[in-house]
Amino acid sequence: MNKRILIWLLCLAVVLALPFGTDALLGRSWVRLLDFALLYAMLALGLNIVVGYAGLLDLGYVAFYAVGAYLYAMLASPHIGMHWPLWALLPMGALLAASFGAVLGAPTLGLRGDYLAIVTMGFGEIIRLFLRNLNITNGPAGIDLIDPIQIGGFSFGSSHSLLGWDLPSIYSYYFLFVVLTALIVLVSYRLSDSRIGRAWAAIREDEIAAKSMGLNTRYLKLMAFAMGAAFGGISGVLFAGFQGFISPESFTMGESVMILCMVVLGGMGHLSGVIMGAILLAILPEAFRPLSQFQQITFGHVWLDPANLRMLMFALALIMVMILRPEGLWPSPVRRRELHPNDAMPASAQKEGP
Amino acid sequence: MNALHSPTDHLLVAKGIGKHFGGLTALDQVSLNIPFHTIYGLIGPNGAGKTTLFNVLTGIYRADEGEIHLNGVSLTHSSPNEICKQGIARTFQNIRLFGNMTAIENVMVGRHVRTHSGMLSAILRLPSQRREEQEMMVHAQGLLDFVGIGHLANQIARQLPYGDQRRLEIARALATQPKLLALDEPAAGMNDTETATLGRLLQKIKASGVTLLLIEHDVKLVMGLCDRVAVLEYGRLIAEGEPNSVKNNPRVIAAYLGTEAA
Repeated sequence: MNKRILIWLLCLAVVLALPFGTDALLGRSWVRLLDFALLYAMLALGLNIVVGYAGLLDLGYVAFYAVGAYLYAMLASPHIGMHWPLWALLPMGALLAASFGAVLGAPTLGLRGDYLAIVTMGFGEIIRLFLRNLNITNGPAGIDLIDPIQIGGFSFGSSHSLLGWDLPSIYSYYFLFVVLTALIVLVSYRLSDSRIGRAWAAIREDEIAAKSMGLNTRYLKLMAFAMGAAFGGISGVLFAGFQGFISPESFTMGESVMILCMVVLGGMGHLSGVIMGAILLAILPEAFRPLSQFQQITFGHVWLDPANLRMLMFALALIMVMILRPEGLWPSPVRRRELHPNDAMPASAQKEGP
Repeated sequence: MNALHSPTDHLLVAKGIGKHFGGLTALDQVSLNIPFHTIYGLIGPNGAGKTTLFNVLTGIYRADEGEIHLNGVSLTHSSPNEICKQGIARTFQNIRLFGNMTAIENVMVGRHVRTHSGMLSAILRLPSQRREEQEMMVHAQGLLDFVGIGHLANQIARQLPYGDQRRLEIARALATQPKLLALDEPAAGMNDTETATLGRLLQKIKASGVTLLLIEHDVKLVMGLCDRVAVLEYGRLIAEGEPNSVKNNPRVIAAYLGTEAA
């Protein structure tokens, strides 16, 4: 028991100290990167409910992110001249995204596997094209001058000083995002460890058997879709406030694929794995950036653009993971069993016999 | 029709069921009346349509013709989950457990249809949700004990021995509190000892007030266990009645017992 508390305290200390350490060692741009990593973690956790828990392949997940982001951008910017507060827009974003999820899910959830993936991919593109072509969303130019997030009198958009420490805006956002990520983790965990979560797992394992055991699979899948979408909407709201500017280009299919990669690479259905996958894939591209400088110095010319190299590395990493560790880098025990059916039972399980 | 066969005496009444796959008639005007508190056997040679009938009764296939009533409620156009809710639970010929979940989790999934906690109460961990969760656990453990695998509650379903997987499937089906428990070849692949134990378990289930419908190849088990037996051949019902009269029915002997029991 004491050991567990100690581990929790240690984790808390690391999470609290992380932005300061990063800033000191790597520079301020990396703290901003951490903020983005947390946004991606929230997105990946949302998609994890759909893909990891209920086993539904969704390739248009970014649409729900867009819905949340545009809601905040339109109702908290000079665009229409409305400046609604976060406490109203955050739940609204979640609800709106969830209803989009339900609207998409209702007619399509009879489809399976690849077919569902194709339809969701189409949905993602439709949303993006609407955002691009509607006047109310300001078309391809997007919306700028979005209000920074504000809670009570505390604006996350400006620096604060705390006990003599200078606390820049990206630090405040970091802590806000940490709190919300933690909340999403808590909600995900409680859902997975409940009657609904077991039902999702049952549907993933064998849909016919699940139906025969009285599970309303259609409704349950719809709930997974709506719940995942709600998390996407929340992340979108935060993204818009954090970035201050959004355009349809932030919500391409590539983003959907990226979020899916985070879930798969980390370990579908496993919360720690998914968070790790998100942070890894969000930060990795930045780690490649010095390569461009290196080439300039060594060859006098940039032969390989790191942005392209990044995609190459992603592809390689994914292929490697799929071959060597199909269950992801940090999988849940259940998922490991699913993908390694012939492994011997772990010793701890064997001990529980009669 | 005499009083004994009026629908009120029967838990399940299926009238004139027909099912066609393309040009093939899998079920042709099959009618079944299953009385309350019996073990009802459904036998027939391979390909006679037994499993098809099962799939129609449990909603996995939709009947092309005919009607199904359970306890007076029409199930003719119901989906599998509605049928389960109304009180028919089943097992599968090729065991279909949730293989990577533990035994007790499998049974708890079976309990889903009789419990109510939704997403919100799960997220907030309301006292009512925690209580229900606790009750589900106790209930599931009780059922595992009932079928005789209580000590395996935390084992992964897929890793259980074959006979125990069959029992687990029965426990999972019982968790839905069925009025009718439909078992598709529960003794398939079992040796004599296991089959005998299974027979005792089925008697115990019957004694607890559940009616059983049984597809079985093991004629000895069927004849010893069932109160009534129906025989299917080429999608048609060719005989129905008490085991002894069915056993001596010349059409049955010709179609089924004659060739296999000779």
